[in-house]
Amino acid sequence: MVDTAPTTTPAEQRAAKRHPGRAPKGYSMRTLPGFSVIALFTMIVLYAPIMILVIYSFNEGTSLAIWEGFSLRWYRQAAANEAVQDAAIRSLYLAFIASSIGTVAATMAALATTRTRRFPGKTMIYALINQPLMVPEIVTAVALLIVFATIKVWTGHTSMIYLIVAHTAFCIPFAYLPIRARLETMDMSLETAARDLYASPWLTFRKVTLPLMWPGIVAGLMLAFVISLDTVVITEFVKSAGQETLPTYMLGQLRRVVTPEVNAISTVILAAGAILVALFFRLTQRKG
Amino acid sequence: MIDIDNVTKVFGAGDAAFTALSEVSVTIAENEFFTLLGPSGCGKTTLLRLIAGFEPPTAGAIRLGGRDITRLPPNQRPVNTVFQSYALFPHMSVAQNIAFGLEMLGKPKAEVKSTVDDMLRLVRMEAMRDRRTSEISGGQQQRVALARALAPHPEVLLLDEPLSALDLKLRKEMQIELKRLQSETGITFVFVTHDQEEALTMSDRVAVMSAGEILQVGPPRDIYERPAERFVANFIGESNFLNADLAGDSVTLAAGGTFPVRRPDGVRDGKVSVLVRPEHITLGGAGDTLRSTIENVVYSGEATVAHMVLPTGEPIKARLSNAPQGDGALPGAGSQVTIGLAPGAITVLRD
Amino acid sequence: MAETGGYLPGALEAEAEKADTRNRWLLSLPAVIIIICFAAGPLLVMVLYSFLTPGDYGNVKWEFSLEGWMNTIVQRDIFDDTLMWADAHISIFWRSFSLSVITTVLTLIFGLPTAWFIATQPPGRRELWLFLVTVPFWSNLLVRTIAIQELIRNEGVINLVLLKLGVIDAPIQMMFTDFAIGFGMTYVYLPLMVLPIYAAVDKLDFRLVEAAHDLYASRWTAFRRVILPLIKPGIIAGSILVFIPSLGAYVTPRVLGGGKNLMFGNLIELQFGAGRNWPLGAALSLMLMTAVMIALIYYVRVTSRDRADG
Repeated sequence: MVDTAPTTTPAEQRAAKRHPGRAPKGYSMRTLPGFSVIALFTMIVLYAPIMILVIYSFNEGTSLAIWEGFSLRWYRQAAANEAVQDAAIRSLYLAFIASSIGTVAATMAALATTRTRRFPGKTMIYALINQPLMVPEIVTAVALLIVFATIKVWTGHTSMIYLIVAHTAFCIPFAYLPIRARLETMDMSLETAARDLYASPWLTFRKVTLPLMWPGIVAGLMLAFVISLDTVVITEFVKSAGQETLPTYMLGQLRRVVTPEVNAISTVILAAGAILVALFFRLTQRKG
Repeated sequence: MIDIDNVTKVFGAGDAAFTALSEVSVTIAENEFFTLLGPSGCGKTTLLRLIAGFEPPTAGAIRLGGRDITRLPPNQRPVNTVFQSYALFPHMSVAQNIAFGLEMLGKPKAEVKSTVDDMLRLVRMEAMRDRRTSEISGGQQQRVALARALAPHPEVLLLDEPLSALDLKLRKEMQIELKRLQSETGITFVFVTHDQEEALTMSDRVAVMSAGEILQVGPPRDIYERPAERFVANFIGESNFLNADLAGDSVTLAAGGTFPVRRPDGVRDGKVSVLVRPEHITLGGAGDTLRSTIENVVYSGEATVAHMVLPTGEPIKARLSNAPQGDGALPGAGSQVTIGLAPGAITVLRD
Repeated sequence: MAETGGYLPGALEAEAEKADTRNRWLLSLPAVIIIICFAAGPLLVMVLYSFLTPGDYGNVKWEFSLEGWMNTIVQRDIFDDTLMWADAHISIFWRSFSLSVITTVLTLIFGLPTAWFIATQPPGRRELWLFLVTVPFWSNLLVRTIAIQELIRNEGVINLVLLKLGVIDAPIQMMFTDFAIGFGMTYVYLPLMVLPIYAAVDKLDFRLVEAAHDLYASRWTAFRRVILPLIKPGIIAGSILVFIPSLGAYVTPRVLGGGKNLMFGNLIELQFGAGRNWPLGAALSLMLMTAVMIALIYYVRVTSRDRADG
């Protein structure tokens, strides 16, 4: 035998040239039959309803049935609706205050409960901070209703304060999570080094700990903000008359005929949420 | 300079309690390059952290220049540390890292700047001044950590295994560099390492530690040639331990032969262990009194090691320098040879 | 200072430790107080309320009564005071439980392959897929429920398409059915199933799968005998994470289930609204909370065991 038979066909050789380093497609243990199909189907199902909602929020007509052309009619209508304006401003105001206070409290608590020995009460503090996550929202909501209804009757006071404190308590565990995660990746020896280099405890915190944990704090703030914007059950039970937020306003509208106006508001909320989540991902994924 | 007075450190409590240091006392002199040497877990890093003030001692006191500093927080001690992990601030540039301690001390801006410049020059990092600490190599990070700790001109510099993360060549360079920095700055260095060679080449004095205690303190030559205990001898260099009988100022080896020795304090006449370094043994000399059987011969570049057994069954090895172009014609396994000991080769151990 | 050492053994450490504990408590205090006052504390008040008598116009009268707890499962006949099973409540409990189980199974069927698919993508693309799964989860629950409503209501997209295609003559009634609730919950809670399973698959050592293949296992056998047992903790974690909010769901059944197909959460709401029976509402809330706690404890056990193993 002079010539050995070529082990690869010319076609395979061309393919190999085009995709250097990639093995010809064949048996792979990482793919399970049918899994990819189900996965892609799932991803489509996950986005299709949202997409349809977004698309129809730009429909000129009232009905879903007929596409009558692109229009911002429903956005204009929502923006001109005083009830929507009022609810939107209240939602943002509430989210801003509750997430700010919640994040400050969560930051302090995270500093106290991470990177430490087991100190007396640590488990209790930890359990308390996570408590709002462990109880169904409807249960927290009616418990708050019971307490606040009594207080409202006694004092006659019905300001936003009830919503603010309820949202703040609910925001704390969400703000706490990313801050704690960030702190746990931080090298303790950096703070030790700062102390060694004559920084007082306060200066060590300001010059080293705070700048290093900052991305975690911002992530926590954004998460808390999103949570406050989304919270509907607690708000529904705690609010006094005339204190609609965007979600409770929408929930109320759903009892009547659904107009594309709700779709328009939903789209705005989705867009705002998506932006915040994208930022959140950027902040938490980047290490160091 | 530094007085470690009866210091004990216990971590945890109850059943989980762990004694990291037990009643350690040692005095470190001014301008000294003092090394704490021992295996991991021997308490050397704990002692360093106690001097720095990162942990309070369980008992005992630490004095600096006669002043009790046991209760001082780390930011009030004129002591700086080079951390094993370097602990450079990732959110600051090289220059900002070096300036940190000076700024915390409230030094005027101009002085901070000139000191930072001096330090950068001292560690030859002028070109890197505005780099982020994540953008420079391990060796360079090491230099920055050193410059940062030296910048406030502390009375004592503590170094926690600072060379362990470097490769061999860089480590050798930094050993010389550290020695140079110490003599140029005149600062007392307390250096922690588990590397015996590092300890012997750099230090004025070495303290060998094991299980929370200091076993021996002395200049490198004493530590190597006159180890007080078997642990010290074993930890530093290669050793042969032989059984012997001590009587007055001489010992009689179990395998035969009587040799004059220096008698350590607190050792009584009778059965003792003695140490003979492998390089202090010669083979086939004229006046040799000991016989042994060769078991195998290992060539290792600059030397050849002969593993042998004495008539008493005790193993013994000799390390023989290789002559240039020598054929290294040691007798093969199984052959009988005579052994000679260099004068003063025998050290009586205390244990 | 004294000649030897100078300090009592352990005195400095004890002092430092005490100060440290005090500081950590002070730091935690704002969060702890807010949560005790406005989350944990009210739950205790609710325990008290569950043992009181309903007021005539909502709220309570301060008279001790076990009626609240009794009424959760039995009801008193208006005419002859005999007790009988509260069938309405029991059917609601059953609906909550069975719909939660169905939701869990459905999310598992779709979530497991999705998690697997994401975890086996090349590292660069993996994060993008993960992001894509997470985004809907963080977007407003109510909005996502509305999106499902747009899909399945009589004038919704599905009915429209089917009518246009001539598959059906009249719209299928999907809204206000148990199907609508189950579909909606599967949709909104799916990411909760994907994420823990993804984490488990990501941790999976594929050399073990190679070893299984090397030892003559087929693809299916390797999946069943090697992969499945190894990612089981992730599957259990995901299942509980879906089951818990399903059991306590309120918004999704309210929007998609309408006034008739109540779940546990809606039953509770009813007692504080039209039902005007706060003690019963409080008792029902505590029952729901207990059920969720049991699931949570199981979850913590599973995940901590997983951590101890790995």
